[in-house]
Amino acid sequence: MSTEIEHTLNSEKWVQLYSDYLYNYTITRVNNKDLAKDLVQETFFAGLKSMKNFQGRASERTWLVSILKRKIIDYYRKINSRKGKAEVRMNFYKEGDNNGEWLEERVPNTWSDDADKDIENDELKAALKQCIDKLPEKYRMVFTMKTIQGFETEEICKELEITSSNLWVIIHRARTQLRRCMEDNWFNN
Amino acid sequence: MGKNFISCEKATTICDKSQYGEASFREILKLKIHFIFCKICKCYSSQNSLLTKLFGNYCKGLCKKEKVLCSEDKEIMKTYLKEKMEE
Repeated sequence: MSTEIEHTLNSEKWVQLYSDYLYNYTITRVNNKDLAKDLVQETFFAGLKSMKNFQGRASERTWLVSILKRKIIDYYRKINSRKGKAEVRMNFYKEGDNNGEWLEERVPNTWSDDADKDIENDELKAALKQCIDKLPEKYRMVFTMKTIQGFETEEICKELEITSSNLWVIIHRARTQLRRCMEDNWFNN
Repeated sequence: MGKNFISCEKATTICDKSQYGEASFREILKLKIHFIFCKICKCYSSQNSLLTKLFGNYCKGLCKKEKVLCSEDKEIMKTYLKEKMEE
């Protein structure tokens, strides 16, 4: 029975055994190579420091992943606190009598009719990438996890410790910004 | 507002959810009713769907690949950890 196995740590083999797994785990969440490398390295380091707390109940990899998850949440918290903490104010919409209606400057423009054509070419890919890269870090992280990596809402909320309404506000902001960016760089230029 | 009438803010949220198949039937219904009166949200919605399609295609080539670290990166990590262990 797996519950009876006493797991042990062998830190000299960590990089060899787990760095790819942890890196892959991280890159699908933060979407930035250097940052992902840093987080993996920090995870190993934190693991080294807290080896004495390892109780042998989980496997070495599971234990390292749990440290990494914490690192990712900490990172998310850090970028989240940099600018405007809670996403309660939706400056896309009017307040007062016309509560919840579009603000004049946020109204989407119509796109030219051929917008749908040719969705496979490299120029388009470059434009999409450029627009994703322009998103604020936090929006990019949530949008990428949800749209590109296909994570479930519940999973993202749990991992980043945010509420689902918070998630949808972030998704909306990211999408509105991407829409605007694609409008300027692709559809109407 | 009647219970089937929603604001643009609510409408766009439902629209976003529906991009991921996470809007309920009732919500979709409310959204459709909203479109009858609101061309702006209708426009937003069709563009939103197009964006979903574009990003969906964009992702196809991107996500399937297993991402691994190169051997130099691993060596750097190993050296770093070794130093830390000796401290």
